[in-house]
Amino acid sequence: MIEIKDVRKTFGILAVLKGINLDVNKGELLCLIGASGSGKSTLLQCINGLEPIQGGEIIVDGISVHDPKTNINMLRRKLGIVFQQYNAFPHLTALENVALAPRVVAKRGRKEALALAQKHLDHVGLGNKADSLPSQMSGGQQQRLAIARALAMEPSYMLFDEVTSALDPELVGEVLETMRLLKSEGMTMVVVTHDINFARESADRVAFLHQGEVCEIGTAEEVIDNPQKEQTQKFLRREKRKPLEVA
Amino acid sequence: MQFQFANQGLAWSDAYFLAQGLLNTVRLAVTATIIGTLAGIVLGWLRTVSVTMRIATSPFIDILRSVPMIIQLILANSFLSILGFGASPFWFGTFALSAWMAAVTAEVVRAGLLSVPVQYRKSARSLGMNGFQELVHISMPLAFRTALTPWIGLVLSLIKDSALAGVVGYVEYMRATQILITRTHETWLLLIGAGLFYFIICYPVSRYSRRLERKIVV
Repeated sequence: MIEIKDVRKTFGILAVLKGINLDVNKGELLCLIGASGSGKSTLLQCINGLEPIQGGEIIVDGISVHDPKTNINMLRRKLGIVFQQYNAFPHLTALENVALAPRVVAKRGRKEALALAQKHLDHVGLGNKADSLPSQMSGGQQQRLAIARALAMEPSYMLFDEVTSALDPELVGEVLETMRLLKSEGMTMVVVTHDINFARESADRVAFLHQGEVCEIGTAEEVIDNPQKEQTQKFLRREKRKPLEVA
Repeated sequence: MQFQFANQGLAWSDAYFLAQGLLNTVRLAVTATIIGTLAGIVLGWLRTVSVTMRIATSPFIDILRSVPMIIQLILANSFLSILGFGASPFWFGTFALSAWMAAVTAEVVRAGLLSVPVQYRKSARSLGMNGFQELVHISMPLAFRTALTPWIGLVLSLIKDSALAGVVGYVEYMRATQILITRTHETWLLLIGAGLFYFIICYPVSRYSRRLERKIVV
Protein backbone atom coordinates (compact mmCIF):
# COMPACT_ATOMS: atom_id res chain seq x y z
CA MET A 1 0.00 0.00 0.00
CA ILE A 2 1.17 3.51 -0.83
CA GLU A 3 0.16 6.20 1.64
CA ILE A 4 0.60 9.81 0.62
CA LYS A 5 0.21 12.13 3.59
CA ASP A 6 -0.01 15.88 3.27
CA VAL A 7 2.79 15.99 0.69
CA ARG A 8 4.10 19.43 -0.17
CA LYS A 9 6.58 20.23 -2.89
CA THR A 10 7.93 23.51 -4.15
CA PHE A 11 10.22 24.48 -6.99
CA GLY A 12 11.73 27.68 -5.62
CA ILE A 13 8.74 29.88 -4.78
CA LEU A 14 6.37 27.86 -6.94
CA ALA A 15 4.25 25.46 -4.88
CA VAL A 16 3.57 22.41 -7.06
CA LEU A 17 1.98 20.12 -4.49
CA LYS A 18 0.00 21.79 -1.72
CA GLY A 19 -0.74 19.03 0.72
CA ILE A 20 -1.73 15.90 -1.16
CA ASN A 21 -3.47 13.08 0.69
CA LEU A 22 -3.98 9.87 -1.21
CA ASP A 23 -3.86 6.13 -0.65
CA VAL A 24 -3.15 3.52 -3.26
CA ASN A 25 -4.53 0.13 -2.30
CA LYS A 26 -2.97 -3.17 -3.25
CA GLY A 27 -4.23 -4.43 -6.60
CA GLU A 28 -6.00 -1.30 -7.72
CA LEU A 29 -5.45 0.91 -10.73
CA LEU A 30 -5.53 4.55 -9.75
CA CYS A 31 -5.60 7.15 -12.51
CA LEU A 32 -4.38 10.66 -11.89
CA ILE A 33 -5.93 13.17 -14.26
CA GLY A 34 -5.68 16.93 -14.43
CA ALA A 35 -4.47 19.80 -16.56
CA SER A 36 -0.80 20.31 -17.38
CA GLY A 37 0.95 21.77 -14.36
CA SER A 38 -1.54 20.34 -11.88
CA GLY A 39 1.28 18.36 -10.26
CA LYS A 40 0.38 14.80 -11.27
CA SER A 41 3.72 13.88 -12.86
CA THR A 42 5.60 15.51 -10.02
CA LEU A 43 3.61 13.48 -7.50
CA LEU A 44 4.48 10.28 -9.34
CA GLN A 45 8.19 11.06 -9.27
CA CYS A 46 7.95 11.87 -5.58
CA ILE A 47 6.53 8.41 -4.89
CA ASN A 48 9.66 6.96 -6.48
CA GLY A 49 11.94 9.31 -4.55
CA LEU A 50 13.23 10.83 -7.79
CA GLU A 51 12.00 14.21 -6.55
CA PRO A 52 12.54 15.44 -2.98
CA ILE A 53 9.55 16.78 -1.05
CA GLN A 54 9.39 19.75 1.30
CA GLY A 55 6.68 18.48 3.62
CA GLY A 56 4.55 15.49 4.48
CA GLU A 57 5.39 11.86 3.99
CA ILE A 58 5.07 9.08 1.43
CA ILE A 59 4.97 5.56 2.83
CA VAL A 60 5.35 2.49 0.63
CA ASP A 61 4.63 -0.80 2.38
CA GLY A 62 5.41 0.82 5.71
CA ILE A 63 8.69 2.41 4.55
CA SER A 64 9.01 6.18 4.36
CA VAL A 65 10.37 7.11 0.92
CA HIS A 66 12.03 10.39 1.85
CA ASP A 67 13.45 9.32 5.20
CA PRO A 68 17.24 9.75 4.86
CA LYS A 69 17.68 6.42 6.64
CA THR A 70 15.69 4.59 3.97
CA ASN A 71 17.71 2.59 1.46
CA ILE A 72 16.08 4.25 -1.53
CA ASN A 73 17.73 1.98 -4.10
CA MET A 74 16.28 -1.04 -2.32
CA LEU A 75 12.86 0.59 -2.12
CA ARG A 76 12.88 1.53 -5.81
CA ARG A 77 12.99 -2.15 -6.71
CA LYS A 78 9.40 -2.29 -5.46
CA LEU A 79 8.37 0.68 -7.61
CA GLY A 80 8.63 0.34 -11.36
CA ILE A 81 8.22 3.58 -13.28
CA VAL A 82 7.72 4.27 -16.97
CA PHE A 83 8.19 7.81 -18.28
CA GLN A 84 6.60 9.84 -21.01
CA GLN A 85 9.80 9.94 -23.05
CA TYR A 86 10.62 6.33 -23.79
CA ASN A 87 14.01 6.04 -22.21
CA ALA A 88 15.36 2.78 -23.54
CA PHE A 89 19.14 2.87 -23.10
CA PRO A 90 20.34 3.54 -26.66
CA HIS A 91 23.62 1.63 -26.38
CA LEU A 92 22.00 -1.65 -25.34
CA THR A 93 19.82 -4.12 -27.24
CA ALA A 94 16.27 -4.69 -26.05
CA LEU A 95 17.33 -7.82 -24.20
CA GLU A 96 20.28 -6.09 -22.52
CA ASN A 97 18.06 -3.16 -21.59
CA VAL A 98 15.81 -5.46 -19.63
CA ALA A 99 18.59 -7.66 -18.22
CA LEU A 100 20.77 -4.80 -16.97
CA ALA A 101 19.04 -3.98 -13.69
CA PRO A 102 18.45 -7.63 -12.67
CA ARG A 103 22.16 -8.24 -13.26
CA VAL A 104 23.59 -5.08 -11.70
CA VAL A 105 21.05 -4.28 -9.01
CA ALA A 106 19.53 -7.65 -8.11
CA LYS A 107 22.91 -9.37 -8.65
CA ARG A 108 21.52 -12.23 -10.69
CA GLY A 109 23.81 -14.29 -12.85
CA ARG A 110 24.19 -13.29 -16.49
CA LYS A 111 22.39 -16.33 -17.86
CA GLU A 112 19.56 -16.06 -15.38
CA ALA A 113 19.14 -12.33 -16.06
CA LEU A 114 19.02 -12.87 -19.81
CA ALA A 115 16.43 -15.62 -19.45
CA LEU A 116 14.36 -13.39 -17.19
CA ALA A 117 14.68 -10.53 -19.68
CA GLN A 118 13.52 -12.76 -22.54
CA LYS A 119 10.52 -13.80 -20.47
CA HIS A 120 9.53 -10.19 -19.86
CA LEU A 121 10.07 -9.23 -23.50
CA ASP A 122 7.80 -12.10 -24.52
CA HIS A 123 5.28 -10.88 -22.00
CA VAL A 124 4.96 -7.45 -23.61
CA GLY A 125 5.03 -8.95 -27.10
CA LEU A 126 8.61 -8.03 -27.99
CA GLY A 127 10.06 -11.52 -27.92
CA ASN A 128 11.25 -11.23 -31.52
CA LYS A 129 12.94 -7.86 -30.90
CA ALA A 130 15.44 -9.10 -28.32
CA ASP A 131 18.50 -8.25 -30.43
CA SER A 132 17.21 -4.94 -31.78
CA LEU A 133 18.62 -1.62 -30.65
CA PRO A 134 16.09 0.97 -29.45
CA SER A 135 16.87 3.06 -32.54
CA GLN A 136 15.52 0.22 -34.68
CA MET A 137 12.22 0.12 -32.80
CA SER A 138 9.07 2.24 -33.01
CA GLY A 139 7.99 4.53 -30.20
CA GLY A 140 5.32 2.08 -29.09
CA GLN A 141 7.80 -0.77 -29.02
CA GLN A 142 10.28 1.31 -27.05
CA GLN A 143 7.59 2.18 -24.55
CA ARG A 144 6.67 -1.49 -24.15
CA LEU A 145 10.37 -2.19 -23.74
CA ALA A 146 10.46 0.36 -20.92
CA ILE A 147 7.53 -1.46 -19.29
CA ALA A 148 9.31 -4.82 -19.60
CA ARG A 149 12.47 -3.29 -18.16
CA ALA A 150 10.60 -2.04 -15.11
CA LEU A 151 8.77 -5.36 -14.69
CA ALA A 152 12.04 -7.30 -14.73
CA MET A 153 12.79 -5.98 -11.25
CA GLU A 154 9.55 -7.65 -10.18
CA PRO A 155 8.07 -4.55 -8.56
CA SER A 156 4.96 -4.52 -6.39
CA TYR A 157 3.80 -1.25 -7.91
CA MET A 158 3.98 0.23 -11.39
CA LEU A 159 3.91 3.98 -11.94
CA PHE A 160 3.07 5.28 -15.42
CA ASP A 161 3.85 8.90 -16.24
CA GLU A 162 1.86 9.91 -19.35
CA VAL A 163 3.33 6.97 -21.21
CA THR A 164 1.26 7.49 -24.35
CA SER A 165 1.57 11.27 -24.64
CA ALA A 166 4.69 11.24 -26.81
CA LEU A 167 3.45 8.48 -29.11
CA ASP A 168 1.96 8.73 -32.56
CA PRO A 169 -1.78 8.01 -32.31
CA GLU A 170 -1.55 4.69 -34.12
CA LEU A 171 1.00 3.42 -31.56
CA VAL A 172 -1.01 4.28 -28.45
CA GLY A 173 -3.17 1.17 -28.62
CA GLU A 174 -0.39 -1.39 -28.19
CA VAL A 175 0.91 0.36 -25.06
CA LEU A 176 -2.54 0.63 -23.50
CA GLU A 177 -3.09 -3.03 -24.34
CA THR A 178 0.05 -3.92 -22.37
CA MET A 179 -1.17 -1.88 -19.43
CA ARG A 180 -4.55 -3.63 -19.50
CA LEU A 181 -2.68 -6.92 -19.49
CA LEU A 182 -0.83 -5.90 -16.32
CA LYS A 183 -4.06 -4.85 -14.68
CA SER A 184 -5.67 -8.19 -15.51
CA GLU A 185 -2.74 -9.85 -13.75
CA GLY A 186 -3.47 -7.90 -10.61
CA MET A 187 -0.60 -5.38 -10.68
CA THR A 188 -1.07 -2.30 -8.51
CA MET A 189 -0.79 0.70 -10.82
CA VAL A 190 -0.74 4.46 -10.57
CA VAL A 191 -1.33 5.95 -14.00
CA VAL A 192 -0.94 9.60 -14.86
CA THR A 193 -2.84 10.11 -18.08
CA HIS A 194 -4.55 12.54 -20.38
CA ASP A 195 -6.49 9.67 -21.89
CA ILE A 196 -9.91 10.04 -20.31
CA ASN A 197 -11.25 7.00 -22.16
CA PHE A 198 -8.54 4.80 -20.73
CA ALA A 199 -9.25 6.15 -17.25
CA ARG A 200 -12.96 5.50 -17.62
CA GLU A 201 -12.67 1.92 -18.78
CA SER A 202 -9.66 0.73 -16.75
CA ALA A 203 -9.37 2.71 -13.54
CA ASP A 204 -10.71 1.42 -10.24
CA ARG A 205 -10.45 4.93 -8.92
CA VAL A 206 -9.74 8.29 -10.51
CA ALA A 207 -8.23 11.29 -8.79
CA PHE A 208 -8.54 14.72 -10.35
CA LEU A 209 -5.69 17.04 -9.42
CA HIS A 210 -6.10 20.79 -9.67
CA GLN A 211 -3.34 23.27 -8.86
CA GLY A 212 -1.45 20.93 -6.58
CA GLU A 213 -4.39 19.54 -4.67
CA VAL A 214 -6.64 16.51 -4.98
CA CYS A 215 -9.83 18.19 -6.11
CA GLU A 216 -12.00 15.13 -6.53
CA ILE A 217 -11.50 11.41 -6.05
CA GLY A 218 -13.73 8.41 -6.52
CA THR A 219 -14.64 5.66 -8.94
CA ALA A 220 -14.42 6.36 -12.66
CA GLU A 221 -18.21 6.70 -12.89
CA GLU A 222 -18.27 9.21 -10.04
CA VAL A 223 -15.42 11.43 -11.18
CA ILE A 224 -15.60 11.20 -14.96
CA ASP A 225 -19.28 10.64 -15.67
CA ASN A 226 -20.73 12.53 -12.77
CA PRO A 227 -18.22 15.11 -11.50
CA GLN A 228 -19.33 17.17 -8.53
CA LYS A 229 -16.74 19.95 -8.49
CA GLU A 230 -16.84 22.81 -10.96
CA GLN A 231 -13.12 22.51 -11.82
CA THR A 232 -13.53 18.85 -12.67
CA GLN A 233 -16.50 19.56 -14.93
CA LYS A 234 -14.60 22.32 -16.70
CA PHE A 235 -11.55 20.13 -17.21
CA LEU A 236 -13.57 17.21 -18.56
CA ARG A 237 -15.49 19.42 -20.94
CA ARG A 238 -12.21 20.73 -22.34
CA GLU A 239 -10.78 17.23 -22.68
CA LYS A 240 -13.87 15.93 -24.48
CA ARG A 241 -13.56 18.61 -27.10
CA LYS A 242 -10.15 17.26 -28.08
CA PRO A 243 -10.07 14.76 -30.94
CA LEU A 244 -10.41 11.21 -29.71
CA GLU A 245 -7.26 9.19 -29.49
CA VAL A 246 -7.18 5.92 -31.36
CA ALA A 247 -7.28 3.32 -28.66
CA MET B 1 96.56 22.71 -39.77
CA GLN B 2 93.33 21.46 -41.09
CA PHE B 3 91.16 19.02 -39.25
CA GLN B 4 88.04 17.15 -40.25
CA PHE B 5 85.10 15.57 -38.37
CA ALA B 6 84.77 11.90 -38.72
CA ASN B 7 81.54 10.47 -40.23
CA GLN B 8 80.31 13.76 -41.51
CA GLY B 9 77.68 12.41 -43.90
CA LEU B 10 74.73 10.20 -43.10
CA ALA B 11 75.74 6.62 -42.47
CA TRP B 12 73.79 3.41 -41.99
CA SER B 13 74.61 3.43 -38.30
CA ASP B 14 72.52 6.58 -38.04
CA ALA B 15 69.45 4.55 -38.95
CA TYR B 16 69.90 2.65 -35.72
CA PHE B 17 70.16 5.93 -33.83
CA LEU B 18 66.93 7.16 -35.44
CA ALA B 19 65.16 3.88 -34.75
CA GLN B 20 65.97 4.31 -31.09
CA GLY B 21 64.53 7.81 -31.18
CA LEU B 22 61.45 6.44 -32.87
CA LEU B 23 61.00 3.83 -30.18
CA ASN B 24 61.43 6.51 -27.51
CA THR B 25 58.73 8.68 -29.08
CA VAL B 26 56.31 5.76 -29.14
CA ARG B 27 57.15 4.88 -25.53
CA LEU B 28 56.62 8.45 -24.39
CA ALA B 29 53.37 8.96 -26.31
CA VAL B 30 51.84 5.65 -25.24
CA THR B 31 52.73 6.08 -21.55
CA ALA B 32 51.51 9.67 -21.43
CA THR B 33 48.29 8.76 -23.26
CA ILE B 34 47.47 5.98 -20.82
CA ILE B 35 48.34 7.88 -17.63
CA GLY B 36 46.83 11.15 -18.87
CA THR B 37 43.60 9.55 -20.05
CA LEU B 38 43.00 7.60 -16.85
CA ALA B 39 43.70 10.66 -14.72
CA GLY B 40 41.58 12.77 -17.07
CA ILE B 41 38.58 10.45 -16.73
CA VAL B 42 38.68 10.70 -12.94
CA LEU B 43 39.26 14.44 -13.06
CA GLY B 44 36.51 14.99 -15.63
CA TRP B 45 34.06 12.98 -13.59
CA LEU B 46 34.99 14.91 -10.44
CA ARG B 47 34.27 18.12 -12.31
CA THR B 48 30.67 17.04 -12.93
CA VAL B 49 30.08 16.06 -9.31
CA SER B 50 29.79 19.48 -7.69
CA VAL B 51 30.46 23.15 -8.23
CA THR B 52 33.07 23.12 -5.47
CA MET B 53 34.96 20.37 -7.26
CA ARG B 54 34.79 22.26 -10.50
CA ILE B 55 36.18 25.42 -8.94
CA ALA B 56 38.85 23.50 -7.04
CA THR B 57 40.16 21.79 -10.17
CA SER B 58 39.86 24.82 -12.45
CA PRO B 59 43.36 26.30 -11.91
CA PHE B 60 45.00 23.00 -12.84
CA ILE B 61 42.91 22.66 -15.98
CA ASP B 62 43.17 26.28 -17.08
CA ILE B 63 46.93 26.60 -16.61
CA LEU B 64 47.77 23.35 -18.34
CA ARG B 65 45.45 24.11 -21.23
CA SER B 66 46.76 27.62 -21.84
CA VAL B 67 50.53 27.45 -21.26
CA PRO B 68 52.59 26.23 -24.24
CA MET B 69 53.88 22.70 -23.90
CA ILE B 70 57.53 23.68 -24.25
CA ILE B 71 57.27 26.00 -21.23
CA GLN B 72 55.48 23.31 -19.23
CA LEU B 73 58.21 20.84 -20.02
CA ILE B 74 60.98 23.19 -18.92
CA LEU B 75 59.09 24.19 -15.77
CA ALA B 76 58.26 20.57 -14.91
CA ASN B 77 61.90 19.71 -15.36
CA SER B 78 63.13 22.51 -13.09
CA PHE B 79 60.33 22.08 -10.60
CA LEU B 80 60.83 18.34 -10.17
CA SER B 81 64.60 18.77 -9.96
CA ILE B 82 64.25 21.42 -7.25
CA LEU B 83 61.96 19.09 -5.33
CA GLY B 84 64.69 16.51 -5.58
CA PHE B 85 63.06 14.00 -7.89
CA GLY B 86 66.08 12.78 -9.74
CA ALA B 87 64.04 11.06 -12.40
CA SER B 88 65.15 10.19 -15.91
CA PRO B 89 64.36 12.51 -18.83
CA PHE B 90 61.76 9.94 -19.86
CA TRP B 91 59.80 10.46 -16.66
CA PHE B 92 60.12 14.24 -16.82
CA GLY B 93 58.65 14.15 -20.30
CA THR B 94 55.97 11.66 -19.29
CA PHE B 95 55.06 13.77 -16.28
CA ALA B 96 54.56 16.96 -18.27
CA LEU B 97 52.74 15.31 -21.17
CA SER B 98 50.49 13.24 -18.89
CA ALA B 99 49.54 16.30 -16.85
CA TRP B 100 48.57 18.14 -20.03
CA MET B 101 46.70 15.08 -21.34
CA ALA B 102 44.83 14.74 -18.04
CA ALA B 103 43.73 18.38 -18.13
CA VAL B 104 42.46 18.33 -21.70
CA THR B 105 40.90 14.86 -21.40
CA ALA B 106 39.08 15.98 -18.25
CA GLU B 107 37.21 18.63 -20.21
CA VAL B 108 36.32 16.18 -22.97
CA VAL B 109 35.08 13.67 -20.40
CA ARG B 110 33.10 16.34 -18.60
CA ALA B 111 31.45 17.45 -21.83
CA GLY B 112 30.68 13.82 -22.66
CA LEU B 113 29.08 13.18 -19.28
CA LEU B 114 27.05 16.38 -19.48
CA SER B 115 25.78 15.36 -22.90
CA VAL B 116 24.05 12.26 -21.47
CA PRO B 117 20.32 13.11 -21.42
CA VAL B 118 19.06 13.30 -17.87
CA GLN B 119 16.14 10.96 -18.60
CA TYR B 120 18.48 7.99 -19.10
CA ARG B 121 20.10 8.67 -15.76
CA LYS B 122 16.69 9.03 -14.13
CA SER B 123 15.54 5.74 -15.67
CA ALA B 124 18.62 3.98 -14.38
CA ARG B 125 18.15 5.35 -10.88
CA SER B 126 14.46 4.43 -10.96
CA LEU B 127 15.47 0.80 -11.55
CA GLY B 128 17.33 0.87 -8.26
CA MET B 129 20.86 1.52 -9.53
CA ASN B 130 23.02 3.61 -7.25
CA GLY B 131 24.99 6.57 -8.58
CA PHE B 132 28.11 4.54 -9.27
CA GLN B 133 26.26 1.76 -11.11
CA GLU B 134 24.48 4.37 -13.19
CA LEU B 135 27.83 6.01 -14.02
CA VAL B 136 29.48 2.76 -15.07
CA HIS B 137 26.61 1.21 -17.02
CA ILE B 138 24.82 4.21 -18.50
CA SER B 139 26.63 7.55 -18.35
CA MET B 140 30.14 6.33 -19.15
CA PRO B 141 29.22 4.24 -22.23
CA LEU B 142 27.04 7.05 -23.57
CA ALA B 143 29.66 9.71 -22.82
CA PHE B 144 32.27 7.57 -24.57
CA ARG B 145 30.47 7.98 -27.88
CA THR B 146 30.47 11.73 -27.63
CA ALA B 147 33.99 11.97 -26.28
CA LEU B 148 35.76 9.55 -28.63
CA THR B 149 36.28 11.91 -31.58
CA PRO B 150 37.65 14.87 -29.61
CA TRP B 151 39.75 12.50 -27.52
CA ILE B 152 41.44 11.08 -30.63
CA GLY B 153 42.25 14.66 -31.58
CA LEU B 154 43.98 15.05 -28.23
CA VAL B 155 45.99 11.86 -28.73
CA LEU B 156 47.21 13.16 -32.09
CA SER B 157 48.19 16.46 -30.46
CA LEU B 158 50.01 14.58 -27.75
CA ILE B 159 51.99 12.52 -30.25
CA LYS B 160 53.11 15.68 -32.01
CA ASP B 161 53.82 17.55 -28.77
CA SER B 162 56.00 14.69 -27.60
CA ALA B 163 58.51 16.08 -30.14
CA LEU B 164 59.17 18.83 -27.61
CA ALA B 165 60.36 16.43 -24.93
CA GLY B 166 63.83 16.89 -26.36
CA VAL B 167 64.17 20.08 -24.31
CA VAL B 168 64.37 18.04 -21.10
CA GLY B 169 67.08 15.90 -22.61
CA TYR B 170 64.97 13.00 -23.80
CA VAL B 171 66.24 11.76 -27.13
CA GLU B 172 63.01 11.01 -28.94
CA TYR B 173 62.68 11.03 -32.70
CA MET B 174 62.71 14.80 -33.18
CA ARG B 175 65.72 15.26 -30.93
CA ALA B 176 67.53 12.46 -32.71
CA THR B 177 66.78 14.18 -36.00
CA GLN B 178 68.13 17.49 -34.72
CA ILE B 179 71.34 15.86 -33.53
CA LEU B 180 71.86 14.31 -36.93
CA ILE B 181 71.12 17.60 -38.69
CA THR B 182 73.73 19.37 -36.60
CA ARG B 183 76.33 16.84 -37.59
CA THR B 184 75.45 16.18 -41.21
CA HIS B 185 73.64 19.30 -42.38
CA GLU B 186 71.22 17.04 -44.25
CA THR B 187 68.38 19.28 -43.04
CA TRP B 188 65.85 18.62 -45.77
CA LEU B 189 66.18 14.91 -45.92
CA LEU B 190 66.04 14.41 -42.17
CA LEU B 191 63.13 16.78 -41.57
CA ILE B 192 61.08 15.26 -44.37
CA GLY B 193 61.85 11.89 -42.83
CA ALA B 194 60.67 13.12 -39.42
CA GLY B 195 57.49 14.64 -40.85
CA LEU B 196 56.76 11.44 -42.68
CA PHE B 197 57.31 9.44 -39.52
CA TYR B 198 54.84 11.52 -37.48
CA PHE B 199 52.34 11.20 -40.29
CA ILE B 200 52.80 7.44 -40.36
CA ILE B 201 51.95 7.07 -36.68
CA CYS B 202 49.16 9.66 -36.58
CA TYR B 203 47.31 8.64 -39.74
CA PRO B 204 46.42 5.08 -38.66
CA VAL B 205 45.20 6.43 -35.32
CA SER B 206 42.79 8.81 -37.00
CA ARG B 207 41.75 6.18 -39.57
CA TYR B 208 41.06 3.65 -36.87
CA SER B 209 39.03 6.17 -34.87
CA ARG B 210 36.86 6.90 -37.89
CA ARG B 211 36.11 3.20 -38.22
CA LEU B 212 35.35 2.93 -34.53
CA GLU B 213 33.03 5.92 -34.70
CA ARG B 214 31.03 4.39 -37.51
CA LYS B 215 30.71 1.21 -35.51
CA ILE B 216 29.37 2.76 -32.33
CA VAL B 217 27.21 5.51 -33.76
CA VAL B 218 23.53 4.93 -33.04
